[in-house]
Amino acid sequence: MRLERKQREYWRRNLRMTAFLLAIWFVVTFVVSYFARDLGGIVVLGFPLGFYMGAQGAPVIYVLIIWWYARYMNRLDREYGVSDAEAED
Amino acid sequence: MADYKIPLRRYYASYTVGFFVFILGLGVLERHGMPPRWIGYSFLLLTILLYATIGVLARTASVSEYYVAGRRVPAVFNGMATGADWMSSASFMGLAGTLYLSGYQGLAYVMGWTGGYVLVALLLAPYLRRFGQFTVPDFLAARYGGNLARLVGVFATVLASFVYVVAQIYAVGLITSRFVGLQFEVGVFVGLAGILVCSFLGGMRAVTWTQVAQYAILIVAYLVPVTILSYQVTGIPLPQLTYGQVLQKVQVLEEGIFDEPAEVDARRLFHERADGYYERILSLPASLDQERHHLTQQINDLKSSNVQMREVAALERQRRELPTSSTEARAYWETLMRQAGQRSMEPEHHLTPFPGNGEAVNDTARLNFLSLMFCLMVGTAALPHVLTRYYTTPSVREARNSVFWSLFFILALYLTAPAYAAFAKHEIYSHLVGSSMAQLPVWVSSWGKIGMVSIEDINNDGILQLAELSFNPDVILLATPEIAGLPYVVSGLVAAGALAAALSTADGLLLTIASALAHDVYYKIFRPKATTQWRLVVSKSLLLVVAVLAASVASQKPATILFMVAWAFSLAGSAFFPALILGVFWKRATATGAVSGMIIGLASTIYYMVRVHFDSIPWLGIHGIGMEPWLGIQSTAAGVWGVAAGFLTIVVVSLFGKPPSGATQDFVESVRYPELDGS
Repeated sequence: MRLERKQREYWRRNLRMTAFLLAIWFVVTFVVSYFARDLGGIVVLGFPLGFYMGAQGAPVIYVLIIWWYARYMNRLDREYGVSDAEAED
Repeated sequence: MADYKIPLRRYYASYTVGFFVFILGLGVLERHGMPPRWIGYSFLLLTILLYATIGVLARTASVSEYYVAGRRVPAVFNGMATGADWMSSASFMGLAGTLYLSGYQGLAYVMGWTGGYVLVALLLAPYLRRFGQFTVPDFLAARYGGNLARLVGVFATVLASFVYVVAQIYAVGLITSRFVGLQFEVGVFVGLAGILVCSFLGGMRAVTWTQVAQYAILIVAYLVPVTILSYQVTGIPLPQLTYGQVLQKVQVLEEGIFDEPAEVDARRLFHERADGYYERILSLPASLDQERHHLTQQINDLKSSNVQMREVAALERQRRELPTSSTEARAYWETLMRQAGQRSMEPEHHLTPFPGNGEAVNDTARLNFLSLMFCLMVGTAALPHVLTRYYTTPSVREARNSVFWSLFFILALYLTAPAYAAFAKHEIYSHLVGSSMAQLPVWVSSWGKIGMVSIEDINNDGILQLAELSFNPDVILLATPEIAGLPYVVSGLVAAGALAAALSTADGLLLTIASALAHDVYYKIFRPKATTQWRLVVSKSLLLVVAVLAASVASQKPATILFMVAWAFSLAGSAFFPALILGVFWKRATATGAVSGMIIGLASTIYYMVRVHFDSIPWLGIHGIGMEPWLGIQSTAAGVWGVAAGFLTIVVVSLFGKPPSGATQDFVESVRYPELDGS
């Protein structure tokens, strides 16, 4: 398979977005949880911030990450004219 | 696609409305004196009949329909089906209870089981869909050219999925025996029938459409009781928003309860009891004879005085149940010691992350929290029954959207689970603890009868202390309707929801195991020329065999079942995650590297789990293999080591070998780069 410049560009943009979103995922998951004890002083909706992030904040951010990725990639597909025909076998 | 979606939406909308009408109807009948047992039967019969109908309507004889539902499942419905597939009885029943018992620490499950979908969405689903075959081992075989990678994949699939499916069938037995009054073993096989009617005739196609129906039932069942409870306690029917205030009240109650003198006294007594068992274990075997002798003496004393026969009988039973050998006695007393020890511990504050006295304890708790979360996420992104679902969408774009919908539907449950824990804790701390032993609510005794709740007035003050109450975590969810004083129809609804959660996951898992064996082993390795018809016959027979095998294991009531579910994630994660990720993102990964990485990853996880969790495996004649956990990491997070070892091995071995062939590199590119118009 001979790769064209356009295809490489498509892949690079995909990788960049993936890395960016994974970084957010990492911070929300591991960095925030690591400091959960120190975030106890801040109160959101009656919860200490550390608890709130684990119970609601992080999961909601996850779903937003996935939503954003799907939107970004589906637009990228259209921009680069990706044919995504239904694959029947 | 558009014409395919519209009738589906209408069908499922009217189905959900119909389900509500059915619940209301039963509610009215209950008012007019319908006995609870009949309500249980109605729910069980109606739901299983419903699943069976969908299963029969969706029967198929096409391979593509059977394995991947013809790749015609729209994103939203695939999301719902994944939700039901994903949320097992562990999520439905176990999560709320775990959060109740461990407070903040339990959030590792909430984050782990949702955050894993980020990995699925970003790193796996679109690529697997573009590849577009039937199973996860298919991908491994295509990428790492050969049957060895496929076989290792099949082994890991079967191992992780079988452990998981046994837990589901066990849950089915539990629910049917509690709510319908069937015998546990009978319940297991009734559940099995419910599972088979869906998957046997229609494979993935039937399983998908049943799972959509099951999602509707399970989510309604999960949300209804806690919404009513929230309305009762706070006046606002949105538990997800109101439980913050409730937790603040819990915090105030905790301050009052934890340091109460009677509470401290009860904990001290449990501590003494644990010490007593410890001494007995140390002085085995003499202590066993002593114990028997002591009981005999007591019985004789009682018999000579004219005390009630009941007490004598209780002591005699105690003597009968005494273990016969000192190995048995050790295990028996260790269990009792652990139980008493747990009750003697000072309870943790619900809202405090990484609790415990001292920096070192906090740090270990934090490390365990983070590593458990890591394992659950990586396991989510590696469990074959979840990944297979993304083969069923019509296109790569739909696969991406579908991950979004999956997590969206899953969040409906996961954002609510902490609310269950909060409301239950509030109820128990404010009403149950400190009440008189003689006037405990009915649910305590009805769940106590089947051993799910246990109460012991150790300090004989006639009042229930927090330390004197202990229960199986599953009770929190199942008993909430009774705790809130709701009609029995709501309990029946919760049972139907729990059943749907267990059945839908079991369906997906059984199908995955059967496909791995029938498609990957039989068709791809042994009989590549087998006819379509014959392949389906093999697949269906294997499904039957695996199902019966899983049910017979489950009917033995294996004790470590909850641990095993957490292990399944570590096992799947360490076997698949490194090989799948590097397979897409690192062209240099070679077949030898991947195979050795999968084997070493899996082996190190198993090694760590076994040695940390067990000291001896009697049926293999192995003793004294226990070891201290590394860095204090528990066996449930064993995957941390396995995943690291897997990545490391693949990278090192690949770099030492020859780069993969041109064909393999082309394959990677075909998965990465889509066909562009005009190229």
